[in-house]
Amino acid sequence: MRTRLISLLLLCGLAGSAWATPQIQHWQAPSGARVYFVEDHNLPMLDVAVNFPAGSARDAADKIGVAGLTHGLLDLGTQELSEDDIARGLADVGARMAGDFDADRSGLSLRTLSNETEREAALAIMAAVLQHPAFPQAVLEREKNRLIASLREAETKPEFLAERAFGQAVFGSHPYGWQTGVSDVEKIQRDDLANFYRTHYVAGNAVVALMGDVSRQQAEAIAQRLTANLPQGTGASALPAVAMKIAASEQRIAHPASQSHILIGTPGIARNDADYFPLYVGNYILGGGGFVSRLMKEVREKRGMAYSAYSYFMPMQQPGAFQIGLQTKKEQVDEALQVVRQTLQSFIQQGITAQELRAAKQNIIYGFPLRIDSNGKILGYLSLIGFYSLPLTYLDDFPQQIERVTVGDINDAFRRRIDPDAMATVIVGTPE
Amino acid sequence: MRLYALCLGLLLAATAQAEVFETTLQNGLKVVVKEDHRAPTVVQQIWYRAGSMDERTGVTGVAHLLEHMMFKGTKSVPAGEFSRRIAAAGGRENAFTSYDYTAYFQQLHKSQLPLAMELEADRMHNLVLGKQEFDKEIRVVMEERRWRTDDDAHALLDERLMATAYQEHPYRNPVIGWMNDLENMTVADAREWYKTWYVPNNATLVIAGDVNAQDVFALAQRYYGRIPAGKLLPRKPYLEPAQRGIKRMVVKAPAELPHLVMAYHAPTLRDVENDWRPYALSVLAGVLDGNDSARLNRVLVRERQVANSIGASYANTSRGPTLFSLEATPAPGKELNELEAALREQLQLIVREGVSEEELRRVRAQVAAAEVYKLDSVFYQAMQIGQMESIGLSHRSLPLMLQKLQAVTAEQVQQVAREILQDDQLTIAVLDPQPLSGEPKKKMEMQHAH
Repeated sequence: MRTRLISLLLLCGLAGSAWATPQIQHWQAPSGARVYFVEDHNLPMLDVAVNFPAGSARDAADKIGVAGLTHGLLDLGTQELSEDDIARGLADVGARMAGDFDADRSGLSLRTLSNETEREAALAIMAAVLQHPAFPQAVLEREKNRLIASLREAETKPEFLAERAFGQAVFGSHPYGWQTGVSDVEKIQRDDLANFYRTHYVAGNAVVALMGDVSRQQAEAIAQRLTANLPQGTGASALPAVAMKIAASEQRIAHPASQSHILIGTPGIARNDADYFPLYVGNYILGGGGFVSRLMKEVREKRGMAYSAYSYFMPMQQPGAFQIGLQTKKEQVDEALQVVRQTLQSFIQQGITAQELRAAKQNIIYGFPLRIDSNGKILGYLSLIGFYSLPLTYLDDFPQQIERVTVGDINDAFRRRIDPDAMATVIVGTPE
Repeated sequence: MRLYALCLGLLLAATAQAEVFETTLQNGLKVVVKEDHRAPTVVQQIWYRAGSMDERTGVTGVAHLLEHMMFKGTKSVPAGEFSRRIAAAGGRENAFTSYDYTAYFQQLHKSQLPLAMELEADRMHNLVLGKQEFDKEIRVVMEERRWRTDDDAHALLDERLMATAYQEHPYRNPVIGWMNDLENMTVADAREWYKTWYVPNNATLVIAGDVNAQDVFALAQRYYGRIPAGKLLPRKPYLEPAQRGIKRMVVKAPAELPHLVMAYHAPTLRDVENDWRPYALSVLAGVLDGNDSARLNRVLVRERQVANSIGASYANTSRGPTLFSLEATPAPGKELNELEAALREQLQLIVREGVSEEELRRVRAQVAAAEVYKLDSVFYQAMQIGQMESIGLSHRSLPLMLQKLQAVTAEQVQQVAREILQDDQLTIAVLDPQPLSGEPKKKMEMQHAH
């Protein structure tokens, strides 16, 4: 009881004055790239990420898979450096480079010591990889073979089969539903990659995020150095609209696994959607809040039917999926399906309680400092804010945005957006 | 320039260690505090020195099952309430079980540490363990086993490899337990496990974050101090008898590509000051697989294209014995025996010709940088402390271990490779991929490469 009172007091305090969020500096580099920087000298290290609107949704319909391979080959050879030079050069200074790739974004990130020698060596490699990738023919052939083998392997996995069928059922012919197949990869040529790079890795579309132990002046120079020699080109065009209304469907796909993999969903929301916060808080209650969510309580805590049951919205440039998922042994798949459908139905029809909303707000608002307690996490937010053009005050406003959500907002938003009678259901691994 | 990075890393590690404080309560609970004031958050981890290696035959999986039951209610905090209260305080929480230990954690705003301590101390001593909750939770664990192991070909391969590499040591049993043991487990098994191991003198409490160590000690005394010490059973040493010749095994499971794992028995760190082989083996793993152009990936994936993916792994700290492992998936059209021969050739090259100074410098630079990067995660730093304490080493040894790792010579790497990479100490497990339809594929090549 005492605990609850303290939490509520803090909640009120928070809504008035948000706590220290990182101070984000923002500018446009001479190259045209948009830059987001947080200066922090607590640790002698620097994190950098550069993102482009060059994800898989940018593929042409007859060249699916090109975006992914272009991203994959960036650090496998530049005009001056072989793939081994790149890997060794980074390892020699203890730097780590990683790629991020989804339907919207293609990104490259670097973590390096901030000491000048190491930092300069690592940034020189990142600059070359971003601005002078060579897409060597021999490397492309090898990577195509590896990718084809991985795809064939993936096609034996129930989770992959479920995701693939789910994407098609929810997005139809929209690029968010496209899946790269073996025959797509086979026909990809080096020119496809070079052309895709030239049109999509354009300076004006680049979003540079920097976090850590450099000065503003150094950050400006780094951002320019990483983007000055990118191709010049036009801004990214808008992605096609997602058809929001889908018909109810259910697919059952045979698989020898002992469990059935269930996915249920529909097109959800875009990143800039006005319903974002009501749906985010509401989904915490439905299936985003781990052990305390309704789905987890009904499926796992009350009935012991699954290890995990969840739901989420994947906010994208265009509306990404709203997805519910779980795995359960085949023999009880229909029973589990019924529990999930009833849970969703009552969530939409009867809505949430004030008590549930209070608990959700407490968790999200009071847990807010955990979202920004490391350089790595802050870098992620910088990229997100930059890529989706969210307000620079996104983090400062976050607790108030959550606090503002009402029971009515959530119930109304879910009723408008989620129709339990018009959902795509995919079940992989069904009893024979 | 690399020397500078190395010194920087060591210096930081040393200062970081200086901010670690520890005390032991009268009931035997060790409390370790790592102060880190970068963000107003804190993590509590409690580590019980009881993992699957402490289980008896027929009751495998009980350590992990108990971990699940720890969320199922005490005399004063009903089932589900632990998670509800932590969530309402803005916290994130979970738990994990390994061969060596079981640990529970919460991450929260620093002001909520007393709540987390109150709840954690309560379930150390007052767990209810009712039959109704047990009957549901054991089904959850069986679903977890199906998901993690039974339906995952590589996990299945690893499980059976361990069961083959070890004959006496309990590492031969999977942490999650054999399905038949789960099916026959009773709430009495869980109660016995709880009574045996969940006592303050078998635990380490690690608190890391924006806290003051003295305050934390006072809180620990308030919440954990009144729990009585238990009587701990003497532990058996479980020395694995020496292997006497190569072991080979096959696992059939639905998959497209075959997979190869080669695991050699290897020493683990016992004497931080005087052992040298575990440090040399860590460097050997780094030379083979520390970056994309380390030997295995460069030669076997990129140049010769005999493997689609490849890796080496070795963990130098554990309560029990350990393995130096290599695993690989063949490139399309390559046979497993060709892959095995190519892998062995790379190992023999090091046995014959050793490693270069350049390769050693590269591994050192990566180790030094990793020491800095780890400071970005308070959670990971707490993990490292808890692991060290739970396996019987001291977190105070971490800086010395780092120095020892950085001092490994090329001669030591070659010598340890020569000593450890012996066929008589080797277990080879291969995945024989089965079609989803149940129809047989072409027969797998099973010739041995020598």
